[in-house]
Amino acid sequence: MIERSPFFDFVSYAAMVIGLVLVLIPFWVVIVAGSQSLQEVARVPFSMLPSNHLMENIQAAWARADLGPKLINSFIVAAGVTIGKITLAAFSAFAIVFFNFRARMICFWAIFITLMLPLEVRIVPTYSIAANALLPFQVLLDALGITWLVQSVSGVQIALNWNLLNSYTGLILPLIATATGTFLYRQFFMTIPDELVEASKMDGSGPMGFFWDVLIPLSRTNMLALATIMFVSSWNQYLWPLLVTTDRANFGTVVMQLKALIPAQNGTPDWNVTMAGALIIMLPPLLVVAFMQRWFVRGLISRDK
Amino acid sequence: MTAITLKGVKKRYNKSLVVHGVDVEIEAGEFIVILGPSGCGKSTLLRMIAGLEEITDGEILIGDRVVNQLEPRERGCAMVFQNYALYPHMTVGKNIGYSLKVARVPKPERDARVMAVAKAVGLEALLDRRPGELSGGQRQRVAMARAMVREPKVFLFDEPFSNLDAKLRVAMRSEVRKLHRQLGVTSVFVTHDQTEAMTLADRLIIMNAGRVEQVGRPIEVYNNPSSRFVADFIGSPAMNLLEGEFDADGLFVHGTGGRIRVESLNGQRVPGRKIVLGVRPEAVRRSDANTAGAIPAVVDYVEELGASRLIHADANGSRLIALDTDTAEIASGTPVHLSLGQEALHVFSAEDGRRINPHA
Repeated sequence: MIERSPFFDFVSYAAMVIGLVLVLIPFWVVIVAGSQSLQEVARVPFSMLPSNHLMENIQAAWARADLGPKLINSFIVAAGVTIGKITLAAFSAFAIVFFNFRARMICFWAIFITLMLPLEVRIVPTYSIAANALLPFQVLLDALGITWLVQSVSGVQIALNWNLLNSYTGLILPLIATATGTFLYRQFFMTIPDELVEASKMDGSGPMGFFWDVLIPLSRTNMLALATIMFVSSWNQYLWPLLVTTDRANFGTVVMQLKALIPAQNGTPDWNVTMAGALIIMLPPLLVVAFMQRWFVRGLISRDK
Repeated sequence: MTAITLKGVKKRYNKSLVVHGVDVEIEAGEFIVILGPSGCGKSTLLRMIAGLEEITDGEILIGDRVVNQLEPRERGCAMVFQNYALYPHMTVGKNIGYSLKVARVPKPERDARVMAVAKAVGLEALLDRRPGELSGGQRQRVAMARAMVREPKVFLFDEPFSNLDAKLRVAMRSEVRKLHRQLGVTSVFVTHDQTEAMTLADRLIIMNAGRVEQVGRPIEVYNNPSSRFVADFIGSPAMNLLEGEFDADGLFVHGTGGRIRVESLNGQRVPGRKIVLGVRPEAVRRSDANTAGAIPAVVDYVEELGASRLIHADANGSRLIALDTDTAEIASGTPVHLSLGQEALHVFSAEDGRRINPHA
């Protein structure tokens, strides 16, 4: 429906401007506070104009929260999760859309159901798996009596253990499984005409050939859109890294370090340093979105023509 | 030598049988056109030969090898699809060369072969374009070049011209014919367009409702349709078909009382036997009342074609179309007499539609 009336034009522009201002105000506050000195930031009322202490504040925040190594950690985790999610999503959607196997619908619904079980809901079992990734196999062996059998025959007790706590694997792996990505890929793969699949069969290409030579190049924009969402969301992860890393010094991520930047209860209320730190921490996802937004929108709304 | 042999080939989707046992032998180098209305199973049959559909029952041989269990790539067929099915992200050159790349043909040889087929279909200037930048006719050529580059044993065409405009279709038709003459590769072409079928085919396979109605050279099929379906389907305007029965005198009675002598059915003109009498419009002539066997009719309307005209007439309640080449014009509403050429009468059974009188 296309409305052409000056009144509605005005209303819709007004709504968009209000929305934009609402989104931008917090950013502005962060930038302003991050550029002020301790005296300026403590002044009441708070001045909404930036000052010239940004660089000192950034240096202070960088040192206080040990942001250098933590940024590297965050990059490793965010990149690992993004790449892992895209790979897994592409392969699982490929299997669900192009292969006709008996358990196809079961697999599809199993993936679908995980949409309703976000990490926060299943955090305890996920943690216990991360503490010992081989636990399910151990339970299976115990239940089947194989542990008992082996122990009574050879005297060796089977105790499988693979600890993922305090490791990049532990930070990345549990975040990789995602239904969102599988769905995005599935929607795209379903728009690929059957004739294209058949043409590649006639050209002698097998399923993996079709996947690499046709599907992957065609889904480039989708992949970039998915990468954008996934990078931002895994960068912003707070709860999971907090749980799985006890060794904060080596495996902490920047988002966890935000806590270290907040002034202590009875310490100096240097919110200017906190805000400068927040600015550094939110910069990478912001840049990713800014660079990718063209692909992002295209990948979400339609396929590349 | 036979290139393709179909033995009792059947296709079943869930419970419904869509191809009811087809037996055909296709000679090497032949251009075969499978013709039939939509939903008759012709595309399914082609796709079974290609290996894109499983064969429910029967056998398909390419050369002397049973291919039922072979993957499409092992069958040596190349296919041109209805919607071209070009890879949208590859250039024309890469589209054509993709099968060679998959087969690990070295790059210099691949480029040379792509260039050679591109020249053959007049695409050499467009090799770096994407399919999206090409016109329908050019995309069609890319699809053909892609099929040709593999030097297959068999070409399969699945209604390749149905997305082209009428003029381009005629041009592509003669081009396909020319390419077939040059390459001499066995070709199977599926279409629902009878003009396309008649002009392209060495032999036609006419299908209806999953069964083969007739196999033969286009002119044979036209002159001697073996069933009422074929008679009705082939030829434009369609054959006149009159339903009726023989009276006590052995004359064919139709509608409200027209009587026609059918000579070719000697000894079988049993009174009361129901038949369908077919006659092509060009065998229906204007005559005068004194001509033996002339049918009185009233002109309903006339289509002027320039060199000839089609007279749509009402003869005792049955519709008769005559292709008239007489110089004298005729107006609607005029009473006329129409006579049917005896040698051009086709008699079909009223029950199963099979031809009764011997082939002329």
